[in-house]
Amino acid sequence: MSALPVPRAAKSAHGTLRSARSRTLILILGIIILVLLAALSLFVGSGRLSVAQTWAALTGGQVDATGIIVRDYRVPRTILALIVGAGLGASGALIQAITRNPLADPGILGVNAGSYLCVVIGAAFFGAGGTLGQVWWALGGALVTSVAVYLIGTAGRHGASPVQLVLTGVALGAIFTGISSAITLLTPEAFDKLRFWAAGSLQGRQMDTVIAVAPFLVLGLLIALTLSSSLNALALGDEVARSLGTRVALLRAVSIIVITVLCGASTAAVGPIGFLGLMAPHAVRSLVGPDQRWVIPLSMIGAPIIFLAADMIGRVLVQSELPVGIVTAFLGAPILIWLVRRKEAKGL
Amino acid sequence: MNTPTLRASGERVVRVRGLSLRIHRRSFWVGLACLIVALGAAGYSLTIGDLPLSLGDVWAALTGHADPGTTRIVLDWRLPRVLMALFGGIALAMSGAVFQTLTGNPLGSPDIIGFNTGAYTGALLSMLVIGGGSTGTTVGALIGGTATGALVYLLALRHGLHGYRLIVIGIGVSAMLGAINSYLMITVKLEAAITAQVWGAGSLNTIRWIDLTPTILITLICLPPLLALWRQAGMLGLGVETASGRGVNVKLLRVALLVLGVVLTAAVTAVAGPIAFVALVAPQIALRLCRGPGIPLLPTAFLGAALLVISDLVARTLLAPVQLPVGVVTVVLGGGYLVWMLISRLRKA
Repeated sequence: MSALPVPRAAKSAHGTLRSARSRTLILILGIIILVLLAALSLFVGSGRLSVAQTWAALTGGQVDATGIIVRDYRVPRTILALIVGAGLGASGALIQAITRNPLADPGILGVNAGSYLCVVIGAAFFGAGGTLGQVWWALGGALVTSVAVYLIGTAGRHGASPVQLVLTGVALGAIFTGISSAITLLTPEAFDKLRFWAAGSLQGRQMDTVIAVAPFLVLGLLIALTLSSSLNALALGDEVARSLGTRVALLRAVSIIVITVLCGASTAAVGPIGFLGLMAPHAVRSLVGPDQRWVIPLSMIGAPIIFLAADMIGRVLVQSELPVGIVTAFLGAPILIWLVRRKEAKGL
Repeated sequence: MNTPTLRASGERVVRVRGLSLRIHRRSFWVGLACLIVALGAAGYSLTIGDLPLSLGDVWAALTGHADPGTTRIVLDWRLPRVLMALFGGIALAMSGAVFQTLTGNPLGSPDIIGFNTGAYTGALLSMLVIGGGSTGTTVGALIGGTATGALVYLLALRHGLHGYRLIVIGIGVSAMLGAINSYLMITVKLEAAITAQVWGAGSLNTIRWIDLTPTILITLICLPPLLALWRQAGMLGLGVETASGRGVNVKLLRVALLVLGVVLTAAVTAVAGPIAFVALVAPQIALRLCRGPGIPLLPTAFLGAALLVISDLVARTLLAPVQLPVGVVTVVLGGGYLVWMLISRLRKA
């Protein structure tokens, strides 16, 4: 697996040695920021607890309201933000790599909408409730959508241009959202259950949610890490990658499954979150360049940083808590607009 | 296969008269066919419902010879809805034709550039926050939609409106507004949220005569100037220099078209909510059916009417007695068409 990138690294040994050190520095810095944010996230939130109270609840074992707020709500919420953020960041990096499309994002491409539709179907017609019940539906929806988007995106001789792929995703997303809204209108109970989830929120998620999705997310993240060096070859084009010994079809298939698992599990846990998978890889690439061996792991660190920060902004900005999906949309959509305005010069 | 190509290229030599004559003839038949389909579907639509009526009953009611009960069902309950579908379809399709001609882009429709999402945000704000009635919703939708459309245009207007930038910027702005919308949805009670969602899906279920009149009037008022400007509008596709060279005041024409396009969409959205994809799809289908160089206005309008009447028919009957919002049907049909269009373009490339 790792035989391929070595010549590349060796060829430019002079340049990369120094930047490899600075990249490692960025990696360490990112981890430190992430740990600090995660710790901070335990101390911020509704409930108005003092730092001392929170600390006592974390270290002690009291069973009063403080202990419940901190241990049963804030701790799972933080863990969930970490793994879901990492999952969405990695899936964004992967989807951008296999489609060679800088605008790709599971939210923009309709994968989250597909997940949502299946969860709605599950909730409305099969009585699926709770994260454990939703997760399989969400996975199924994510799989169908990502395969569909991918097939359409690679139809024709040259495949879709970045914007064509985005349009396909938007069209599919619109169809799925339309069907979802029809179903939820017919079954008000399902609508009531799902409208909070549909906004994309970490609020009120407890340990059972974490346990339900953690296996999928952790497994997906691990596989994503092993794919990174092969994805570097794919960036050179299918034919070059093939001649370098990469099994392109297999790589794409595995990547799609990983994207599906990561997006589906994330959507099941916190609802559809847009733009996180778009933002994080872009931010990372602007720091370390296009090498996937750095982009993918750093996206797994960068995305939860953004996600945790967005969640905390949502918690303190409005008294009743702003769902994190709304904050990420407000952070990410301007970035999409900026990317398109900037890329115009290159004929996008 | 070769003959039509030869004929078309032969006719391109005698550009002005020969081509326009031929286009007129084909467009005429296509337009007429669409009109007949639209009216036929509308007539059929009047006969179905909780109380099935025969076409004869409907005709009697329309001409004033039926018993009071039937007259009431047809004239007060079913006719407003069917008329709204007819005129709403015409207005949306013409607005789509305007936007697509203006941007030179088959995807430059009010759905894609965020007008509808903005209208939804405006309507939600007035519905849920200010608590206004139907007037408040209408005004909110108008302001929200127009402001969003203007914002998207301004953001995209750096080197002209061509290309996909307009659309992706529209998607980005829509995403932010969509986030606001879903936040508004969770801050209110369930009943209010459901009402809002029905409006947001685009529905003709509750149309009454009083809602309908402005839409019909606006459509009829916008039609003559559009018809008068349409020949000039077609020249926009030839480029600014060529169009100016032929005596077109490009700036003025663009502003006039923009105003007409926005007013037409707003006239429907304000009453029925954002009905997605009719504006996107109707001009493209009409263009393909008529095989002309530009989007034909009247065939597009009648095709839009047929599309919306049929979609509403499907929305009413698919899961009867439950009535779906018509926007759900158009989004599935139109979205499917958009996907198909993208795929077939990729195949050709």
